[in-house]
Amino acid sequence: MIGEWLDIGWVNEIPVRGSRTVQVEGGNDIAVFRTGENKVFALLDRCPHKHGRLSQGIVHGGAVACPLHNWRISLSTGEALGEDKGCTPVVPVKISGGRVLICRASTLKAAA
Amino acid sequence: MEHRPVVAATDTREHLPAGEAREHLIVIGNGMAGCRAVEELLARDPARYQITIFGAEPLVNYNRIMLSPVLAGEKTFDEIVINGLDWYADNGITLVSGDPVTAIDRVGRTVTAKSGMVLDYDRLLIATGSDPFIIPVPGHDLPGVISFRDMKDVEHMLAAAERGGSAVVIGGGLLGLEAAHGLSLRGMTVTVLHLMPTLMERQLDEAAGWLLKQALEARGQTVLTGADTAAILGDGKVEAIRLKDGREIPADLVVMAVGIRPSVALARAAGLDVGRGIKVDDHMVTSDPRILAVGECVEHDGQVYGLVAPLWDMCRSLADALTGAPSGYRPTATATKLKVAGLDVFSAGDFGGGDGAEDIVLRDASRGIYKRVVVKDDRIVGAVLYGDTADGNWYFDLLKKGESVGAIRDALIFGQAFASGGGQADPKAAVAALSDTAEICGCNGVTKGQVVSCIAKGAHSLDAVRATCKASASCGSCTGLVETLLALTLGDEVEAGPKTMCKCTSFGHDDVRREIVAQDMRSIPEVMQKLHWSTPDGCSSCRPALNYYLLCALPGEYVDDQQSRFVNERMHANIQKDGTYSVVPRMWGGITSPKELRAIADVVEKFNAPMVKVTGGQRLDIFGIRKEDLPAVWADLNAAGMVSGHAYGKSLRTVKTCVGSEWCRFGTQDSTGLGVKLERATWGSWMPHKFKIAVSGCPRNCAEATIKDFGVVCVDSGYELHVGGNGGIKVRATDLLCKVATEAEAMEMCAAFVQLYREEARYLERTAPWIERVGLAYIQSRLLPDADERAELARRFFFSQQFSQDDPWAARVAGEEREIHAPMARFQPVGEMA
Repeated sequence: MIGEWLDIGWVNEIPVRGSRTVQVEGGNDIAVFRTGENKVFALLDRCPHKHGRLSQGIVHGGAVACPLHNWRISLSTGEALGEDKGCTPVVPVKISGGRVLICRASTLKAAA
Repeated sequence: MEHRPVVAATDTREHLPAGEAREHLIVIGNGMAGCRAVEELLARDPARYQITIFGAEPLVNYNRIMLSPVLAGEKTFDEIVINGLDWYADNGITLVSGDPVTAIDRVGRTVTAKSGMVLDYDRLLIATGSDPFIIPVPGHDLPGVISFRDMKDVEHMLAAAERGGSAVVIGGGLLGLEAAHGLSLRGMTVTVLHLMPTLMERQLDEAAGWLLKQALEARGQTVLTGADTAAILGDGKVEAIRLKDGREIPADLVVMAVGIRPSVALARAAGLDVGRGIKVDDHMVTSDPRILAVGECVEHDGQVYGLVAPLWDMCRSLADALTGAPSGYRPTATATKLKVAGLDVFSAGDFGGGDGAEDIVLRDASRGIYKRVVVKDDRIVGAVLYGDTADGNWYFDLLKKGESVGAIRDALIFGQAFASGGGQADPKAAVAALSDTAEICGCNGVTKGQVVSCIAKGAHSLDAVRATCKASASCGSCTGLVETLLALTLGDEVEAGPKTMCKCTSFGHDDVRREIVAQDMRSIPEVMQKLHWSTPDGCSSCRPALNYYLLCALPGEYVDDQQSRFVNERMHANIQKDGTYSVVPRMWGGITSPKELRAIADVVEKFNAPMVKVTGGQRLDIFGIRKEDLPAVWADLNAAGMVSGHAYGKSLRTVKTCVGSEWCRFGTQDSTGLGVKLERATWGSWMPHKFKIAVSGCPRNCAEATIKDFGVVCVDSGYELHVGGNGGIKVRATDLLCKVATEAEAMEMCAAFVQLYREEARYLERTAPWIERVGLAYIQSRLLPDADERAELARRFFFSQQFSQDDPWAARVAGEEREIHAPMARFQPVGEMA
């Protein structure tokens, strides 16, 4: 059985208040975010509105602003904030010894 | 529930509160009424019902009204989707699409679908809509004869248009004319056949119908009124149409759009009470108390409906009843405000005339405008507008309220702005004068009061208003009204108190800038700390603004914060809606060379760029470049001597030129030469917003310098310098700043003006609104009388330029921030992806 968690790299490889992506072959990218408070989150790299690349947005507080139409998406729940309605799948993350691990099953489900 | 189907949505069981069985609501019909009813229900009580929706079409819920723009090529199917799959999933709704319900068993309380699936229901909602009426003439069942009702019909028409040839549309009502317009736009030869003497006779009077016919004929369509179809001819497929008067018209495609009939077969077979439609009471309940019906399939109080506004009212009454707070549907007067084939028409009430009714008519032949208001006993009873429908909502409002118009009767026909006493056409005043109960959005039944209260609760943009109260979210024809209401509502706020930079702070832009300089602040966190920001690290509005203000205040010292830049400025390219980027290399003054063109051509081929476009600013824009490929693209362009064109930045975009005295027989000065010099001097500078320059060699102004932020118009005696022009959403011609005699003076004035703009305009404020705000006289007072002050501004500009004129592409090519172009990791699942 393959492990439940995927090791994708060092926390420091993600810029603070920034994002990097994980390419999933045959599926959508996963966006991995690092907030100003040094927390790491992962979402499907796809805004629920018009499918903008969330990884390219501005990270502020616990949210990211989609680069296409400025929808604010919660990094922890994937829900659109404010008046907008929509949700993008969340991929659980854990940090171990400075390494970022993302949930394999959720990655597959979200990227499919 | 063991035989629940699992189709497109999530497993609904996990949404069930433990140990509690919810009633199962089955909705037959995945169209506008069915899904709207479910939305209304969810808004009241999201947990009350377990919901399954059956749809006959294999698609998600889309906006049927918008099929016309899809046919016309103005929208894609994705753009007219109301609720995508995620909506069903998020709300725990099971969607069974492409599998229509074929029978209802009211005793056993089950429905049976075509696939044989049987589901039991506690409540059933029938929202089957309507069927297109097909005239039973000979040949009506030939291949190539279609209706215009669903996406399948649109696809059929698109395929026919692809093959070309002739199309005949039977029916000159709204739907028929939209079909004809779309097919005509797509290159078919179109003939419209209409049985009645005038087009759209139910919505328009004879005069307006005639104007519409003229306009359509001017666009190349043939419109035959009083045309009665005798037969559709063809051997194995449609070939022609024969009219009762013997005329034959060739046709490769026949679209029947003669009307709709409520779709009642299912209800009738189940033994429900059916008249013209499925009979319902005020709460949309049918003759079986377990079964409700809504939309075009129902008959309420003897009436059937085809417009969207009453359907929305029905959905609200239905949801009220289903959540135990019955309100009761009451039909209200409806108005029709439409764009038919791109032409504006409006009608409301009774315009048939009759005893004591008087017509007030205004015709403006040169502008193609016709307005008619029908007045009876000093009250408006009807109105027809063609060509200019701006006052439609006002007339409709007066009509619904039944107010006396005696006092304004003489001015009535000239519209609200005039009649209300202003004497000048001020659309803002007209909207401001609308009552709170005036309907703004006919599609979604939203009043002015509701829009204003939604803005007051924080919906400060068109998108936010659309997301909150749905005004202008369907057909979009009231977008202008909503924007005016935004301006009116938020404009008042500006008067009441200073507008803050964003929700993170109580300070306005000008205060923040002043304090940054006064307190010598040096970083974004410092500004946030000292000015008591209410959020930990700002938002996507204030961070880019602060980054710019610091960059401008501290040239050469402040370190740009990449994470506070919008993606385009971070990636040095323009993000497109599919996530790829477009790349524009700089072409100084719009001049290029064989070497540059070859390099661009090579890049296009090497990276399979699907499109190259000549831009309005005299550049070439390469589309469809992947994020990962950007550095390689730039490397190739750099190798040919080209640098970033900053087409993505709040910065100098382009200097557009005409050929000037070097080639042109009218040219008075070397406009290309000056343009190149100006571009070499100003490129790379960050600004509050994008900044465009143009230089024209003579007053014929081929470089369109008078709609640029800074425009030079060369004349025999020197250079006219113009500022504050804009060719965007709101066109603004420049103001003449001054005239100078030499190129050197023009260059200095440009630098001084740019620096004044950089230092004093608010972030995201173009020069046009900036100048409107501070006044041209102020700008002139800073730049013209005092040569030292002007020189000082120019000096500060050139000082800051020495830190910003590095090609950002070259740095990236050299490996800077390589990681942002590459994924952090790649994951190859082994045989696990669906």
